[in-house]
Amino acid sequence: MSEEDESMGEQSDNESGLDFILSLDDVPSKIPPHLELFKTRVLCNSDAPIHTDTIHYAGAYAVLGVDNSQQFDSFRKNFKVEVKRLTDSDMEFDMIGIDPAIANAFRRILISEVPTMAIERVYIANNTSVVQDEVLSHRLGLIPIRVDPRLFEYPDNAGDDNNERNTIVFGLHVRCQVGQPRITVKSEKLKWLPNGSELPCEDVKPNTSSKPKTFTSFTCSQNSLPGFPSNSIDLTDSDIILAKLGPGQEIELEAHAVKGIGRTHAKWSPVATAWYRMLPEVVLLEDIVDEQAEELVNKCQPNVFDIEDIGKGKRRATVARPRNCTLCRECIRGGKEWEDRISIRRVKHHFIFCIESTGALPPEVLFTEAVKILEDKCERVITEFS
Amino acid sequence: MRSPPIEDLWSVLLMLCTQMELGSNSDDSKSTFCLVDEDHTFANAIRYTLNQDPRVTYCGYSIPHPSFNQVNIRVQTTEDPAKEVFKDGCMELMLMCRHVRISFDHALTQFKNNKTN
Repeated sequence: MSEEDESMGEQSDNESGLDFILSLDDVPSKIPPHLELFKTRVLCNSDAPIHTDTIHYAGAYAVLGVDNSQQFDSFRKNFKVEVKRLTDSDMEFDMIGIDPAIANAFRRILISEVPTMAIERVYIANNTSVVQDEVLSHRLGLIPIRVDPRLFEYPDNAGDDNNERNTIVFGLHVRCQVGQPRITVKSEKLKWLPNGSELPCEDVKPNTSSKPKTFTSFTCSQNSLPGFPSNSIDLTDSDIILAKLGPGQEIELEAHAVKGIGRTHAKWSPVATAWYRMLPEVVLLEDIVDEQAEELVNKCQPNVFDIEDIGKGKRRATVARPRNCTLCRECIRGGKEWEDRISIRRVKHHFIFCIESTGALPPEVLFTEAVKILEDKCERVITEFS
Repeated sequence: MRSPPIEDLWSVLLMLCTQMELGSNSDDSKSTFCLVDEDHTFANAIRYTLNQDPRVTYCGYSIPHPSFNQVNIRVQTTEDPAKEVFKDGCMELMLMCRHVRISFDHALTQFKNNKTN
């Protein structure tokens, strides 16, 4: 029996010599704890954070006999997402076990590559307000529109063909009557025109019976298209101030929204902002008791520490809410002895990711879209090089 | 007009070819890949996955000039063709993204279920 076992063992050793070597007792399968600490944590010292880099190279620990390459299986085993907060406009979630390179790609894509609709062309028929045409147009451009950009196509490069598939038209006509008090024009005054532009783009000849040509060529009303909201395309906020009109002043214009990405102009960015931070980790290197514990709790503005009773009238500081830590490092100020008591760290592969949507899409959909965009990029590169 | 005017031959050339590979004829284990219309977003992510690959001895990227919408990714391998390793890196990144998406959806439904209960 034992002979059989041995011969089988030998056979598999021959097939994969490396595995055999790695299974030996004196060959480490893990890097030493101090290196593991430097690899997975940023140490936030009182002067500066250290070990901020991530170690990517597969052979980084080859001299120790440890393989640093990450296989997809281990990524799949360790990766975890935990949603912490979710509302209509913002969300916070933890992304655990992912490299900053990938997390940052998601963040960058969210800010500059997920498409939305925004007002791009403004045709001003009349503007006698104090706000200049170009300033007014700029303000209109920045208004977030609550519409799913996936229903639309990008405009063609020449920009001639404005149809129901790539343009949303809003009309605005406000007038302050003479003798009336000044009025404030808010974004609610922008009215969606599902049938397209109503402004003639050429001089109307007096005796033509046909309809004058407008700035868009819609073949049907956007109301009737599948997937579109049946009632109305709204703006996210109806109370954005666009201009103020004095008696006798008037604004009449038409605004055309098209699909675009944040890299071209920030008005197309679907997020107010998207950011992440690494998970804070606060470690008490020695027991902090009595007056010192009190001092510590009072020093910490974000309220990370608590005090617990440990019997015999003694009290000890504990780390109760490390997530609150803002890295102010106030707790390790006050001399070498405090630096030796507390270690403030950040977990390198644990991201607290926050997304604030401007309203075009809910934040969770935005994140999924961002991941899809990165996938598409990979796919594009693979096909290009095949 | 938002796109920059085409002024010189180089930008015409860049616009014509979307991606290209610069390597040597004798040794295909070293190559530089030029990707047009990409930036740090993709280049840094792919640099990470490639460096995780044990076959890769060197991988780095650069953006030659901020006005050009282009990145160069240098890949050197132990012996496998750099192009294949590069494609494997892309595939790896794609699989990771897919897994992130699945995990995210899963966490989201879990969160919503917990909330309703």
